[in-house]
Amino acid sequence: MEYFLQQLINGLTLGAIYGLIAIGYTMVYGIIGMINFAHGEVYMIGAFISLITFLVLGMLGVGWLPLALLIVLASAMFFTAVYGWVLERVAYRPLRQSPRLAALISAIGMSIFLQNYVQVAQGARVKPLPPLIGGGINLMEREGFVVQLSYLQIIIIVLTIALMVTFSLLINHTRLGRAQRACQEDLKMAALVGINVDRTISTTFVIGAALAAVAGMMVTLYYGVIDFFIGFLAGIKAFTAAVLGGIGSLPGAMLGGVLIGLIEVFWSAYFTIEYKDVAAFSILVLVLIFRPTGLLGRPEVEKV
Amino acid sequence: MLRVEGLHTFYGSIEALRGVDLEVSSGEIVALIGANGAGKSTLLMTICGQPHAARGQVRFGDDDITQWPTHEIIAAGIAQAPEGRRIFARMSVLENLLMGATSADPQHFESDLTRVFTLFPILKERRDQRGGTLSGGEQQMLAIARALMSRPRLLLLDEPSLGLAPMVVKQIFRVIQEINEQQRVTVFLVEQNAFHALRLAHRGYVLVNGRVTMTGTGRDLLANPDIRAAYLEGGH
Repeated sequence: MEYFLQQLINGLTLGAIYGLIAIGYTMVYGIIGMINFAHGEVYMIGAFISLITFLVLGMLGVGWLPLALLIVLASAMFFTAVYGWVLERVAYRPLRQSPRLAALISAIGMSIFLQNYVQVAQGARVKPLPPLIGGGINLMEREGFVVQLSYLQIIIIVLTIALMVTFSLLINHTRLGRAQRACQEDLKMAALVGINVDRTISTTFVIGAALAAVAGMMVTLYYGVIDFFIGFLAGIKAFTAAVLGGIGSLPGAMLGGVLIGLIEVFWSAYFTIEYKDVAAFSILVLVLIFRPTGLLGRPEVEKV
Repeated sequence: MLRVEGLHTFYGSIEALRGVDLEVSSGEIVALIGANGAGKSTLLMTICGQPHAARGQVRFGDDDITQWPTHEIIAAGIAQAPEGRRIFARMSVLENLLMGATSADPQHFESDLTRVFTLFPILKERRDQRGGTLSGGEQQMLAIARALMSRPRLLLLDEPSLGLAPMVVKQIFRVIQEINEQQRVTVFLVEQNAFHALRLAHRGYVLVNGRVTMTGTGRDLLANPDIRAAYLEGGH
């Protein structure tokens, strides 16, 4: 029971991180019908920007941790958002009228490019960050086994929930959110009612990248090591999460993220850790076979 | 108000418009009739920059809007209720109307809402219902209402009568006349239903295979034996 509880906490933490990345996939798919395969790399860049900001703050002697975290968060979100914006302008917008395959190839190209760019600029070796937030709350203890909810896990889960609530309010109740939803439903009609479609698509990439940056910062803090390759696996996992939840659906992305996190952690805990990725991707295969629209997805065909 | 000169539009390698010339003056209702595939919808879409014309010119007022991005054309005062209505199915009626008001000054929103609810009272009853659940006639009303929410000077209507019961068609045409007469909105109407359209319109054009082949007042066109043979006989 204690063991189960601990794994549940770990799974939710990991799931929160996947969920934040998955939102970027699902939003972009919803609006332009394309899988942005470079999104994992955007998350990786978010992690690097977080690390660099931490180190710079360390050199400047900013010692008060909450302030440092806030600055890192803002800096990671901002600079990663710039990457997301440039990515769309350079790699996707010129191909908007081309067949979908062209944009997909461009996305894979950007993914490889960003990986190599970070590898060359930052070096191929693993980058460590000493643990900054230690300790936690001991929820339970029995026969020497302690169930701990670490402060870092609390920060990750609370921050994720806060971001998702803000984000849902933004989508459902603001002018920007309505423009987003209109573009999701019908790009041409959205233009015909006077929405600046290009700008709305840019905003989508900016928001997706900013959320991925938060995930990047969390991972940097949580695992304490990052490298140029972390975006690949995390990206595909988050993509799986988006498909599991129903690609195009925002609540689906959040739910899918949490489920993938839980599956991965529980599989590692009760079966074999070596096969945790196999477990996660088997889910993807099963979903695609039995429920291609995902858990919360809608079928493509709508009543007209 | 609207002047189209030598307009050519391509879909891939298919030339849908082959040099269209026509003009709509302020305050008019102008009908464009033609068979399926003649290029009627393409013309309305090209006026809105979806897609942009390959050659020729679209002038609106004093501006050459041919290559403007669509949202700027809408902001300049053109609105369209397009073919197939294209209601945002997952949004409520009210949200659809909010979308229509994207380029309008928000301070007019409440009064504009009252205005379209007066024209189409059924929309007021359905305001919180999702667009996708409306009947065809209600969706057409919503499409027109949504277009009106941007306070257009020129309203483009693409087959507003398509697939609707005769009673509803009558109602919609009456409202179009009302919009034109009382609210001074210029209307450019595309129709296969030539009889209704030409009776309503001040002037009309006939489009055949991407070219304008005939023009005249609505009454003259209705009386023209060629038009009667091609577009009216057998139907009504």
